[in-house]
Amino acid sequence: MPRILETRRLTPVTKFFRIDAPLIAASAKPGQFVMLRVREGGERIPITIADYDRATGTLTIVVQAVGATTQRVCALEAGDEILDVAGPLGVPIEIAPGGHVCGVGGGFGSAALLCLMREFSTRGDRTTAVLGARSKELLILADELRAVCANVEICTDDGSAGFKGFVTQRLAQLIAGEGPGRPDCVVAIGPMAMMRAVAQTTHEVKVKTLVSMDPLMVDGTGMCGGCRVTVGGKAQFACVDGPCFDAHEVDFQVAMRRNKQYVAEEKRAIERLACMAARETR
Amino acid sequence: MPVKRAEKTPMPVRDAHERAQDFREVNQGYTEVHAAFEAERCLRCQEPICVDGCPVQIPIPDFIHAVAIGDMAGAAKILRTANPLPAICGRVCPQESQCEAECSMTQHFDPVAIGHLERFVADWERTQPPPVEAKITRKEEIAVIGAGPSGLVCAGELARLGYPVTIYEALHAPGGVLRYGIPEFRLPKAILDWEIGLLKAMGVKIVCNVIIGRTLTLDDLLEKHGYAAVFIGTGAGLPQFLGIPGENLNGVMSANEFLTRINLMRAYEFPEADTPVRVGKRVAVIGAGNTAMDAVRTSLRMQADEAMIVYRRSEKEMGARLEEYHHAIEEGVKFNWLTNPLEILGNADGWVGGLKCQKMTLGERDASGRARPIPVPESEFVIPVDNVILAIGTTPNPLLTRTTAGLLTTKKGCLVADETTGLTSRARVFAGGDAVTGAATVILAAGAGKRAALAIKEALLN
Repeated sequence: MPRILETRRLTPVTKFFRIDAPLIAASAKPGQFVMLRVREGGERIPITIADYDRATGTLTIVVQAVGATTQRVCALEAGDEILDVAGPLGVPIEIAPGGHVCGVGGGFGSAALLCLMREFSTRGDRTTAVLGARSKELLILADELRAVCANVEICTDDGSAGFKGFVTQRLAQLIAGEGPGRPDCVVAIGPMAMMRAVAQTTHEVKVKTLVSMDPLMVDGTGMCGGCRVTVGGKAQFACVDGPCFDAHEVDFQVAMRRNKQYVAEEKRAIERLACMAARETR
Repeated sequence: MPVKRAEKTPMPVRDAHERAQDFREVNQGYTEVHAAFEAERCLRCQEPICVDGCPVQIPIPDFIHAVAIGDMAGAAKILRTANPLPAICGRVCPQESQCEAECSMTQHFDPVAIGHLERFVADWERTQPPPVEAKITRKEEIAVIGAGPSGLVCAGELARLGYPVTIYEALHAPGGVLRYGIPEFRLPKAILDWEIGLLKAMGVKIVCNVIIGRTLTLDDLLEKHGYAAVFIGTGAGLPQFLGIPGENLNGVMSANEFLTRINLMRAYEFPEADTPVRVGKRVAVIGAGNTAMDAVRTSLRMQADEAMIVYRRSEKEMGARLEEYHHAIEEGVKFNWLTNPLEILGNADGWVGGLKCQKMTLGERDASGRARPIPVPESEFVIPVDNVILAIGTTPNPLLTRTTAGLLTTKKGCLVADETTGLTSRARVFAGGDAVTGAATVILAAGAGKRAALAIKEALLN
């Protein structure tokens, strides 16, 4: 079982994990994900790969405790083992080299920009990361990104750090020529609503944009089709055809509706977990 | 139990009403008395054509004779030598179109219940000490990709021949379709676990959570990891969709998703198990193969009030085993024959509300050899349903072939492999099972795995 080497709490609900997983670290590429399971009877959940270090054989993921399973993951500490980690899965992101690549990260989605920006900077692309959060305290990994990315643009809703406003507003300014200037390609990773807004922002001004879809998945290997996303009017499996797709072709409305299929069950699972935790402390 | 010699000794089954409420096995298995009585019915033909009907050529009259004279150990040995998964095949093989179809008794009477007897012997074997031991005598290591029927059998045969074998499985548990697809009420997981335990006792290593094509490539296995040969048994796990409007509505699932949530992830134990599945009051399953029967009967067990099959052809063209069909009828499944789904209708919240269908009639035979369904004009109607489950077939998973150079596939995505040896377009790489044939049966996959094991041995000796 893969052992957790290091953890760091990034915000009250997000946690950074460095995991000993040499096989995955050796083959991972930007845009891919792993499937995790933390206990017998546990569900399989997809987590985007934040970073990897081939030399040390370690994998980095950032998990936001939003559901019962992610809460269980976030309860793990250095030295603990994760029952199952399978990957890397999905098709790596491919962008023609030599251009200006702009990663847009919303919330814990910023984590996935780490390996993406590093790989593209290393091969000589011009790189910009636009990070968004509600306020300064919820921003994550800005320093780490500055180390691997030429320009890092911070946006907060309340103006507590950097640009006051949404990532899409700052992105529109870049496209108009401000700061590091118009990107040749945008990669947006974060909440569905943010990715949709980015897609809308770049659509009219014709900037190629990729989004990393995060649909419900069961196996993650192409077997169930639960993760199907409508792209260009056709059903695509996020696990084997994606998870990154052309943002201007994705039907976000269907994707958002499909992601709500198990909201009631998720609520029940969270309540049950809280109940169990309360019983333990008593 | 006075049964006429003309009739098969019936399989003891649980009460239909009771069993449709839980996931415990439906068939209870023969007692020794049943088995002895049924074994007596075998005519011990001079030229047993039943054997020709068996994809792995089990010497059927020999094992049945052993049962008849009470030599259970002998019967078990005969069975296991020919078929490494007897307890599984005794439960899931379509005997009525294989061995039992050829039985000489069928000229006037019921065939001998070969499948029931196979199951009986295999279940007896499980009460005994494991019939295997580890005898790894060779140096050349072999990798098997996929822990489904063909991979398990190939690995077992190679271990028996003395080779060290490692199986790489993408999921967190081995078994493939036997784990995620076939429900507990038809194939208890304890039987699968026992068979996998035997492989481990023979020295086979199973590594889960490794996706060949992603975690490691096929070339990594051959070059970096030094495997002398590789067997690909990746199955046909990619579900097909109809391409009709409404397929992305909430509450529409592939049978693979539905069954995986329940069989592999134990959604019937939610919230004790973490994976949920949402089953409404009325469930329509599209298709009429074994997977469709598994899905529709599982729906009843998940407390659906009404579970139905929707199939565009008739009962005669249905692909399911007869036993599953009969069990489904007993359990209250409804059948809409000659009914073609046109559109899945949604409600205001984006969930399934109904299934719009049209009536069909049968015409000439088509390429599949079955009568072609033809729409009846102005016959459209709507069935009110809460879930639509698509069980219209699967194709080979493209994950490995997309990431491996030089592996030839057919237009349908099946691996090109030699029929006898399983050798693919790549040297030292063999394949078998559904990855080669497209979705077929456990026993065909087992047979292919076994033949490939022998071919690998030949290739390594030369």
